[in-house]
Amino acid sequence: MKELIVRFLIGGTLVSAFAFVGDVLHPKSFAGLFGAAPSIALATLGLTVITQSMGYAATEARSMIAGSIAFFVYASIVSHVLMRYRTPALATTLTLMLVWFGTAFGLWFVWIL
Amino acid sequence: MRIGLELSSIHRSRWTDYAIRFIFGGVITALTGLIAKRYGPGVAGLFLAFPAIFPAGATLIEKHEKEKKRQAGFDGTSRGRAAAGVDAAGAAMGALGLIAFAMLVWRFLSHHSTAVILTIAGLAWLAVSVLAWWIRKAI
Repeated sequence: MKELIVRFLIGGTLVSAFAFVGDVLHPKSFAGLFGAAPSIALATLGLTVITQSMGYAATEARSMIAGSIAFFVYASIVSHVLMRYRTPALATTLTLMLVWFGTAFGLWFVWIL
Repeated sequence: MRIGLELSSIHRSRWTDYAIRFIFGGVITALTGLIAKRYGPGVAGLFLAFPAIFPAGATLIEKHEKEKKRQAGFDGTSRGRAAAGVDAAGAAMGALGLIAFAMLVWRFLSHHSTAVILTIAGLAWLAVSVLAWWIRKAI
Protein backbone atom coordinates (compact mmCIF):
# COMPACT_ATOMS: atom_id res chain seq x y z
CA MET A 1 0.00 0.00 0.00
CA LYS A 2 2.82 2.37 0.93
CA GLU A 3 4.48 1.75 -2.46
CA LEU A 4 1.20 2.56 -4.26
CA ILE A 5 0.86 5.85 -2.39
CA VAL A 6 4.48 6.77 -3.21
CA ARG A 7 3.84 5.91 -6.89
CA PHE A 8 0.65 8.02 -6.85
CA LEU A 9 2.39 11.05 -5.34
CA ILE A 10 5.51 10.90 -7.54
CA GLY A 11 3.47 10.20 -10.69
CA GLY A 12 0.98 12.97 -9.94
CA THR A 13 3.74 15.48 -9.23
CA LEU A 14 5.76 14.70 -12.38
CA VAL A 15 2.70 14.66 -14.65
CA SER A 16 1.52 18.00 -13.20
CA ALA A 17 4.98 19.55 -13.58
CA PHE A 18 5.25 18.65 -17.28
CA ALA A 19 1.62 19.74 -17.84
CA PHE A 20 2.37 23.10 -16.21
CA VAL A 21 5.38 23.65 -18.50
CA GLY A 22 3.15 22.82 -21.48
CA ASP A 23 0.51 25.30 -20.25
CA VAL A 24 2.84 28.31 -20.23
CA LEU A 25 4.54 27.66 -23.57
CA HIS A 26 3.41 28.86 -26.96
CA PRO A 27 2.81 28.23 -29.83
CA LYS A 28 0.25 25.52 -29.01
CA SER A 29 1.84 22.93 -31.31
CA PHE A 30 5.14 23.30 -29.39
CA ALA A 31 3.39 23.18 -26.01
CA GLY A 32 1.75 19.96 -27.22
CA LEU A 33 5.14 18.20 -27.05
CA PHE A 34 4.73 18.19 -23.27
CA GLY A 35 1.50 16.24 -23.58
CA ALA A 36 3.74 13.32 -24.51
CA ALA A 37 6.44 13.92 -21.90
CA PRO A 38 7.96 10.82 -20.24
CA SER A 39 6.44 11.78 -16.87
CA ILE A 40 4.86 8.42 -16.00
CA ALA A 41 7.93 6.59 -17.31
CA LEU A 42 10.33 8.66 -15.18
CA ALA A 43 8.22 8.10 -12.07
CA THR A 44 7.77 4.37 -12.69
CA LEU A 45 11.22 3.35 -13.94
CA GLY A 46 13.08 4.96 -11.04
CA LEU A 47 10.85 3.21 -8.51
CA THR A 48 11.02 -0.10 -10.41
CA VAL A 49 14.82 -0.13 -10.27
CA ILE A 50 14.63 0.41 -6.48
CA THR A 51 11.89 -2.18 -5.80
CA GLN A 52 12.69 -4.76 -8.52
CA SER A 53 15.82 -4.74 -10.69
CA MET A 54 17.41 -2.96 -13.66
CA GLY A 55 16.56 -5.91 -15.92
CA TYR A 56 12.89 -5.69 -14.88
CA ALA A 57 12.85 -1.94 -15.66
CA ALA A 58 14.59 -2.55 -19.01
CA THR A 59 11.82 -5.05 -19.93
CA GLU A 60 9.24 -2.38 -19.12
CA ALA A 61 11.13 0.10 -21.31
CA ARG A 62 11.13 -2.40 -24.19
CA SER A 63 7.34 -2.58 -24.08
CA MET A 64 7.22 1.19 -23.72
CA ILE A 65 8.53 1.43 -27.30
CA ALA A 66 5.28 -0.21 -28.48
CA GLY A 67 3.26 2.10 -26.21
CA SER A 68 5.07 5.14 -27.62
CA ILE A 69 4.43 4.12 -31.23
CA ALA A 70 0.77 3.69 -30.25
CA PHE A 71 0.81 7.20 -28.71
CA PHE A 72 2.19 8.62 -31.97
CA VAL A 73 -0.55 6.91 -34.02
CA TYR A 74 -3.23 7.96 -31.50
CA ALA A 75 -2.17 11.63 -31.29
CA SER A 76 -1.80 11.90 -35.10
CA ILE A 77 -5.35 10.58 -35.65
CA VAL A 78 -6.78 12.77 -32.85
CA SER A 79 -5.12 15.81 -34.42
CA HIS A 80 -6.48 14.99 -37.88
CA VAL A 81 -10.03 14.38 -36.63
CA LEU A 82 -10.14 17.53 -34.48
CA MET A 83 -8.77 19.80 -37.19
CA ARG A 84 -10.72 18.26 -40.09
CA TYR A 85 -14.11 17.53 -38.46
CA ARG A 86 -14.01 19.89 -35.42
CA THR A 87 -15.55 17.25 -33.11
CA PRO A 88 -15.65 17.83 -29.29
CA ALA A 89 -12.18 17.32 -27.78
CA LEU A 90 -13.18 15.15 -24.82
CA ALA A 91 -15.36 12.74 -26.82
CA THR A 92 -12.73 12.50 -29.59
CA THR A 93 -9.76 11.88 -27.31
CA LEU A 94 -11.62 9.31 -25.21
CA THR A 95 -13.20 7.40 -28.14
CA LEU A 96 -9.93 7.23 -30.05
CA MET A 97 -8.22 5.78 -26.98
CA LEU A 98 -9.25 2.48 -28.56
CA VAL A 99 -6.63 3.23 -31.25
CA TRP A 100 -3.95 3.41 -28.55
CA PHE A 101 -5.04 0.12 -26.99
CA GLY A 102 -5.31 -1.62 -30.38
CA THR A 103 -1.93 -0.40 -31.62
CA ALA A 104 -0.06 -0.94 -28.33
CA PHE A 105 -1.33 -4.47 -27.68
CA GLY A 106 -1.16 -5.34 -31.40
CA LEU A 107 2.52 -4.40 -31.54
CA TRP A 108 3.15 -6.17 -28.25
CA PHE A 109 1.62 -9.42 -29.54
CA VAL A 110 3.47 -9.26 -32.87
CA TRP A 111 6.84 -7.97 -31.75
CA ILE A 112 7.42 -8.67 -28.08
CA LEU A 113 5.31 -11.65 -27.05
CA MET B 1 7.49 30.74 -35.48
CA ARG B 2 8.91 31.93 -32.15
CA ILE B 3 8.76 29.82 -29.03
CA GLY B 4 7.92 31.73 -25.87
CA LEU B 5 6.14 31.88 -22.54
CA GLU B 6 2.47 32.78 -22.15
CA LEU B 7 2.12 33.31 -18.40
CA SER B 8 -1.45 34.62 -18.71
CA SER B 9 -2.58 31.01 -19.27
CA ILE B 10 -1.82 30.32 -15.58
CA HIS B 11 -4.60 32.72 -14.58
CA ARG B 12 -7.05 31.06 -16.98
CA SER B 13 -6.51 27.67 -15.30
CA ARG B 14 -8.40 26.80 -12.12
CA TRP B 15 -6.94 24.73 -9.30
CA THR B 16 -9.31 21.92 -10.29
CA ASP B 17 -7.61 21.73 -13.72
CA TYR B 18 -4.28 21.00 -12.02
CA ALA B 19 -5.89 18.67 -9.48
CA ILE B 20 -7.47 16.56 -12.25
CA ARG B 21 -4.11 16.12 -13.97
CA PHE B 22 -2.38 15.33 -10.66
CA ILE B 23 -4.96 12.64 -9.89
CA PHE B 24 -4.90 11.13 -13.41
CA GLY B 25 -1.08 11.08 -13.42
CA GLY B 26 -0.94 9.57 -9.93
CA VAL B 27 -3.59 6.95 -10.66
CA ILE B 28 -1.98 5.74 -13.90
CA THR B 29 1.48 5.55 -12.24
CA ALA B 30 0.02 3.52 -9.35
CA LEU B 31 -1.97 1.37 -11.80
CA THR B 32 1.19 0.63 -13.80
CA GLY B 33 2.70 -0.80 -10.61
CA LEU B 34 -0.36 -2.98 -10.03
CA ILE B 35 -0.40 -4.16 -13.68
CA ALA B 36 3.29 -5.08 -13.38
CA LYS B 37 2.55 -7.21 -10.30
CA ARG B 38 -0.44 -8.94 -11.93
CA TYR B 39 0.67 -9.30 -15.57
CA GLY B 40 4.43 -8.69 -15.51
CA PRO B 41 6.70 -5.92 -16.83
CA GLY B 42 5.93 -6.69 -20.49
CA VAL B 43 2.33 -5.51 -20.24
CA ALA B 44 3.02 -2.80 -17.64
CA GLY B 45 5.66 -1.22 -19.91
CA LEU B 46 3.00 -0.40 -22.51
CA PHE B 47 1.33 1.90 -19.98
CA LEU B 48 4.51 3.96 -19.46
CA ALA B 49 3.43 5.67 -22.71
CA PHE B 50 -0.29 5.73 -21.97
CA PRO B 51 -1.89 9.09 -22.90
CA ALA B 52 -3.35 9.41 -19.38
CA ILE B 53 -3.73 13.18 -19.13
CA PHE B 54 -4.04 13.83 -22.85
CA PRO B 55 -7.88 14.04 -22.90
CA ALA B 56 -7.87 16.39 -19.89
CA GLY B 57 -5.23 18.63 -21.51
CA ALA B 58 -7.01 18.75 -24.89
CA THR B 59 -10.33 19.58 -23.22
CA LEU B 60 -8.69 22.36 -21.24
CA ILE B 61 -7.17 23.91 -24.37
CA GLU B 62 -10.54 23.70 -26.15
CA LYS B 63 -12.22 25.42 -23.19
CA HIS B 64 -9.60 28.20 -22.86
CA GLU B 65 -9.62 28.97 -26.60
CA LYS B 66 -13.42 29.02 -26.64
CA GLU B 67 -13.52 31.42 -23.68
CA LYS B 68 -10.97 33.72 -25.34
CA LYS B 69 -13.06 33.91 -28.53
CA ARG B 70 -16.31 34.41 -26.56
CA GLN B 71 -14.78 37.38 -24.78
CA ALA B 72 -14.06 38.83 -28.23
CA GLY B 73 -17.71 38.32 -29.21
CA PHE B 74 -17.36 35.13 -31.27
CA ASP B 75 -18.72 31.61 -30.68
CA GLY B 76 -15.27 30.00 -30.49
CA THR B 77 -16.42 26.37 -30.51
CA SER B 78 -14.78 25.50 -33.81
CA ARG B 79 -11.63 27.48 -32.98
CA GLY B 80 -11.35 25.71 -29.61
CA ARG B 81 -11.51 22.28 -31.22
CA ALA B 82 -8.95 23.24 -33.85
CA ALA B 83 -6.61 24.49 -31.09
CA ALA B 84 -6.93 21.11 -29.36
CA GLY B 85 -6.06 19.51 -32.72
CA VAL B 86 -2.90 21.64 -33.02
CA ASP B 87 -1.91 20.58 -29.49
CA ALA B 88 -2.44 16.92 -30.48
CA ALA B 89 -0.12 17.38 -33.48
CA GLY B 90 2.54 18.57 -31.03
CA ALA B 91 1.89 15.55 -28.82
CA ALA B 92 2.47 13.27 -31.82
CA MET B 93 5.94 14.85 -32.20
CA GLY B 94 6.48 14.36 -28.47
CA ALA B 95 5.59 10.69 -28.91
CA LEU B 96 8.49 10.34 -31.37
CA GLY B 97 10.71 11.57 -28.54
CA LEU B 98 9.12 8.98 -26.24
CA ILE B 99 10.21 6.23 -28.66
CA ALA B 100 13.81 7.49 -28.40
CA PHE B 101 13.49 7.67 -24.59
CA ALA B 102 12.25 4.08 -24.35
CA MET B 103 14.90 2.72 -26.74
CA LEU B 104 17.75 4.31 -24.77
CA VAL B 105 16.44 3.03 -21.42
CA TRP B 106 15.86 -0.47 -22.86
CA ARG B 107 19.35 -0.73 -24.37
CA PHE B 108 21.46 0.90 -21.65
CA LEU B 109 19.71 0.75 -18.26
CA SER B 110 21.02 -2.72 -17.38
CA HIS B 111 24.66 -1.66 -17.73
CA HIS B 112 24.78 1.92 -16.43
CA SER B 113 23.67 4.14 -13.55
CA THR B 114 19.87 4.59 -13.45
CA ALA B 115 20.08 8.34 -12.75
CA VAL B 116 22.50 8.90 -15.65
CA ILE B 117 20.46 6.85 -18.15
CA LEU B 118 17.12 8.45 -17.15
CA THR B 119 18.69 11.93 -17.43
CA ILE B 120 20.20 11.18 -20.87
CA ALA B 121 16.95 9.56 -22.03
CA GLY B 122 14.97 12.59 -20.82
CA LEU B 123 17.26 14.93 -22.75
CA ALA B 124 16.97 12.67 -25.81
CA TRP B 125 13.16 12.92 -25.51
CA LEU B 126 13.40 16.71 -25.55
CA ALA B 127 15.92 16.81 -28.43
CA VAL B 128 14.03 14.37 -30.68
CA SER B 129 10.65 16.01 -29.92
CA VAL B 130 11.89 19.54 -30.64
CA LEU B 131 13.69 18.37 -33.81
CA ALA B 132 10.56 16.57 -35.06
CA TRP B 133 8.44 19.66 -34.28
CA TRP B 134 10.90 21.93 -36.09
CA ILE B 135 11.07 19.65 -39.18
CA ARG B 136 7.25 19.44 -39.28
CA LYS B 137 7.00 23.23 -39.12
CA ALA B 138 9.64 23.65 -41.84
CA ILE B 139 8.00 21.37 -44.42
